[in-house]
Amino acid sequence: MARRVMEPGSVVDGFLISEKIHTGGMATLWRVTRDDIATPVVMKVPTILEGDDPTVIVGFEMEMMILPRLSGVHVPKCFAVGDFSRQPYLVMEYIKGYSVFTLIEKAPLPAAEVARIGVKAATALVDLHRQNVLHLDIKPSNVMIRDSGEAALIDFGLSRHLLLPDLLEEEFRVPMGTGPYIAPEQVMKNRSEPRSDIYSLGVLLYYLATNVRPFGLPQAQSQLRKRLWRDPTPPRKIVPDMPPWLQEAILRCLEVDPRDRYDNAAQLAFDLSHPEQIKLTARSEKLGRDSMAASWKRWFRTVGNEPGPRQPGDHQPNMAPIIMVAVDFADARDALAEAMLLHIKRILPAVPGARIACVNVLKLNRLTITYTLDDEGRSIHVQRLVELKEWARPLGLDQEHITFHVLEHMDPADALIEFASSNHVDQVLIGARADSTLRRFLGSVSSQVVARAPCTVTVVRAPRGGLDAAGEDAKMIDVDCA
Amino acid sequence: MRIALLSDIHGNREALDACLAHAARQRVDRFAFLGDLVGYGADPGYVVERVAREVERGAFALLGNHDLAAVHGAAEGMNDYARAAIEWTNRVLDPAARDFIKALPMTLEEDGRLFVHSEASSPASWRYVTDVASAERSMTAASARLTFCGHVHRPQLYHMSAMKPPVCFLPQSTAPIPLMGRRKWLAVIGAVGQPRDRNPAAAYSVLDTDSNELAFLRAPYDIEKAASKIHAAGLPQMLAARLFVGR
Repeated sequence: MARRVMEPGSVVDGFLISEKIHTGGMATLWRVTRDDIATPVVMKVPTILEGDDPTVIVGFEMEMMILPRLSGVHVPKCFAVGDFSRQPYLVMEYIKGYSVFTLIEKAPLPAAEVARIGVKAATALVDLHRQNVLHLDIKPSNVMIRDSGEAALIDFGLSRHLLLPDLLEEEFRVPMGTGPYIAPEQVMKNRSEPRSDIYSLGVLLYYLATNVRPFGLPQAQSQLRKRLWRDPTPPRKIVPDMPPWLQEAILRCLEVDPRDRYDNAAQLAFDLSHPEQIKLTARSEKLGRDSMAASWKRWFRTVGNEPGPRQPGDHQPNMAPIIMVAVDFADARDALAEAMLLHIKRILPAVPGARIACVNVLKLNRLTITYTLDDEGRSIHVQRLVELKEWARPLGLDQEHITFHVLEHMDPADALIEFASSNHVDQVLIGARADSTLRRFLGSVSSQVVARAPCTVTVVRAPRGGLDAAGEDAKMIDVDCA
Repeated sequence: MRIALLSDIHGNREALDACLAHAARQRVDRFAFLGDLVGYGADPGYVVERVAREVERGAFALLGNHDLAAVHGAAEGMNDYARAAIEWTNRVLDPAARDFIKALPMTLEEDGRLFVHSEASSPASWRYVTDVASAERSMTAASARLTFCGHVHRPQLYHMSAMKPPVCFLPQSTAPIPLMGRRKWLAVIGAVGQPRDRNPAAAYSVLDTDSNELAFLRAPYDIEKAASKIHAAGLPQMLAARLFVGR
């Protein structure tokens, strides 16, 4: 392969090379400039020597294939890709911020801080998985936190694009990943499981929360396999004051069977954003590892179980959607509230694993500050929460599949839209009431949500002939007169 | 340049027209026909005429085993259905269509791209690319980095880097696939006129030579009409029935 000398002052495809900012085992990073690019950019050049590990070269090829196809704030923006036959390189945005790796020296971090990092990283994974890409090498040094606050994932050398050929498949003599963080199914050479990234993020959060790596620093393949049957020490054993919800979330990420983990990154982000609503199971209370008998049983199951590489499609990240139901309590038992319940009952069987987030907005009046207590001195917020739960009781869903949120905001539409976007909601269900003169002037909440929500919105109406029938008739007359 | 690759039309007028219209919407600059214009379907005359017209406008077309058999009326090695279709096609083709088919080349190579109907190590043997072994034989024999063939009626994509066996990829979507450098690629284009990957929509591909990307596309077409013509022509019922299920 023809190779050009890279040094400060030289020019590669119009990029002026300035200083070298990082030399790693796999690649060198140069700060570069080009007249038409205003933002700071870096050129990543693979450190390829003849006879080197071909995985390094193929990994760079994978990154050249995947990075230009990604977009959004959660990945570095890609500006140019060098031709492999001349000089392979990637020119990408220089991310201003800090690496999660720098947080390790401050570990153990407080639970709220761990959750904050977890939400950021999981949010980045939601965006990546939506673009059909699995990172497959999530670890502290590959997660950057931008100065603007969002997490950006870097280094796509081991990544997989589910719609494109996996160039690394041919290199499959050994599992590919980073020892402490690699998911059990990756150890078994499966590179098409989105929940592998959730596992690795679980390892990262465990490490941040305890300053201990859950599976140590494995040096050999046989040590990697150990995580298939031996569970890690529960983090609360190491950090006794860790709240049970954080252990619940971390250990759920670290489940050996992907089906026992969070179904997708949005569900993990949701839990870490609302820790008080995490359903606590036996995981949260564990203070010791499983018995040797249980480990042996798991070990026995893994023997001879060597699935090879497979085509994607087994599990799609969109299988367990977050459905936000915006409930307005003019009267919790009116026809519209009933219609919404009925609609949820209809769709639930089609979306197993769905999480229903019931949301009610407590409208704040900017003139009134003492809004939290009603005339009888009860907290209105708590009262709304109680009403939400009562409304949803007929659905018979457990805490893992339903959550309740009362938002306090001056503008109900803004509140609902903000909740939908920050919680990665896949679908919004909102009721629409009969028209009125006031609504036509101001625009109804539902029409604003329909127009501005970042996802699918289903508008539910009370059936005609129900309690709202008079209103529906009035609406038709209004339209006729207009 | 964007090249639409169409293979195995097999006398299916409705499927061909659907693909040509679909390709026009993909801003295609050029058409390439990778063989088997006739056989099985009821409109061989129309298909040959239409392809010939595209060739006059800058497209290129290659010879397939059914084309060769149809002009010679010989169908050794073919199953009963195929033989019946070949004998019928041989009777209905006019002299101009025969001359056009007889003049078709077996392969075309340009700018590091090889186009051929079947497995490339011995094009006249009409071998199939169905697994990594046949793909490796084809890619090893080809000096071009990229090979495009048909003949199998199931879209497949193989890639192979030096000293490594090829890897098979079954396209799951219409997303353009970058044919990354440093390795050889062999694309088996699906069939326009008789898909056999359990998807009855007509299959074809678009190659973008600038971005070096290949997309496996599908064009739904009026199967009822194509099937009714097969019945009307007295061709084997099975040739019509399989169009509906893509097998």
